[in-house]
Amino acid sequence: MKSRFTSFVFGGLILIASSQFAVTQSSGLRLPKTVEAGTAFSIQSAGSGNATLYIVGLGQVLRREVQLGQTISFAAGDLHNAGHYIVLLAAGSFTENGEFDVTAARQASALSFLAKPSRVPVDLHDGISGVVYVFDTFQNLILEPTQASFQLSGVAGAPQARTVLTRNGVAWTKMNSASKEGAAQFVARVGGVSDTRVIAQVPGDPCSLRMSARPSGQSLALETDPVRDCSGNAVPDGTIVTFTETYNGDEATVDVPLKRGIARTEMPAYKGATISVATGVVMGNEIHWGGGQ
Amino acid sequence: MKNARSRPSIRRPLLGMSFLFVALFVWGADQPAVHVEPTDSVGPRVLEKQTEEAVVRDYLQAWRSLSSALEENRADLLDPDFIGSAKEKLTDTVREQEKLGLQTRYRDSAHDLQVVFYSPEGLSVQLVDTVTYDVQILDHEKVQATQHVRARYVAVLTPTEVRWKVRILQAEPE
Repeated sequence: MKSRFTSFVFGGLILIASSQFAVTQSSGLRLPKTVEAGTAFSIQSAGSGNATLYIVGLGQVLRREVQLGQTISFAAGDLHNAGHYIVLLAAGSFTENGEFDVTAARQASALSFLAKPSRVPVDLHDGISGVVYVFDTFQNLILEPTQASFQLSGVAGAPQARTVLTRNGVAWTKMNSASKEGAAQFVARVGGVSDTRVIAQVPGDPCSLRMSARPSGQSLALETDPVRDCSGNAVPDGTIVTFTETYNGDEATVDVPLKRGIARTEMPAYKGATISVATGVVMGNEIHWGGGQ
Repeated sequence: MKNARSRPSIRRPLLGMSFLFVALFVWGADQPAVHVEPTDSVGPRVLEKQTEEAVVRDYLQAWRSLSSALEENRADLLDPDFIGSAKEKLTDTVREQEKLGLQTRYRDSAHDLQVVFYSPEGLSVQLVDTVTYDVQILDHEKVQATQHVRARYVAVLTPTEVRWKVRILQAEPE
């Protein structure tokens, strides 16, 4: 048992020693510390004879039969995926190893731009968000800080613009929606690359509601004023307006969609009835019908 | 005689220690040590604890998937955990390995993670991870070497129907 344990510990020491040895061995292999994705680079080996060179990473693997003591050249485009790569030079039982990094190219080539939401009520503070991830031509995330600019321009008012430095390849911003309804162009730009999203800015909730009544035979003709949000934009047709008539403890309700910004209906003309109007969370005026308003 | 009797008392702790060491080693090979840094400020959106746990769980599972995929040269093993460019690049690596007769065994032993960004609409989360792992290179099933690596990775995950999937996985110089 003792001998088994001793060999176990000894084996562990050999393991540690061999990893130290691997590090010292790498001195014969001259590697670049970093390589820009897609650029040409070279590796210098020492010694003589044939060997196999492995370059291994999550993004790519390469294998080359090489001549020791010579410079091993890699052409532009050979290694284009950013990441951490290990290098192994194997000649029979003899191995040398090392590591290096491939970094993304500096120039932005593609953006992944996410703008939310696609429809937003007008006049909403920080209502629109934009996130942009910046990539090089090989779809590597550019992790070096890079200036990203965002611009939101709509049908009215001055465009909003922000410039943000990317962090770990991503930049984000929040913008206010405009006070006027309409389509807005939301543009993200990095260097010479831009991406655009269209944001529909729609009227907000109705701001106030007012109706009038007039006799129409045995009925009352009820009609709202044009329904608008607090910025003066017409609330979309189809928005439901509810008319309620209360008389002698009974209640009658009519739901009417807005048509050209106005809701119209007829209800029985009971003397002493109370008629109210509402849409969403907004209450309108009340009418007490006594033959007049 | 006295010495002979005393030997087992020495052996037992030594035996126990070696079993413990082996157990730790074996356990360590299957379950990497994971440390998650506090995420006080991750951008415009609050990261709920449950979300963070799900992201970390799915990210670590993605490492297991890539390890199996690269060892067995089976790109289909990436499907549950990868999407977008991360999946495309890893799939290409599997194909290159297959073509060259190579296999790689990735054994992650430690992750030091921090969530650094959670997008305002909740559609992407970014984390940085200092990973310690061993890579074994096999050429036509013959082990060429094993290398111990420590590298910093940036990962972007996006939510799918049932889990977070890795969309970007890229190492950067430390």
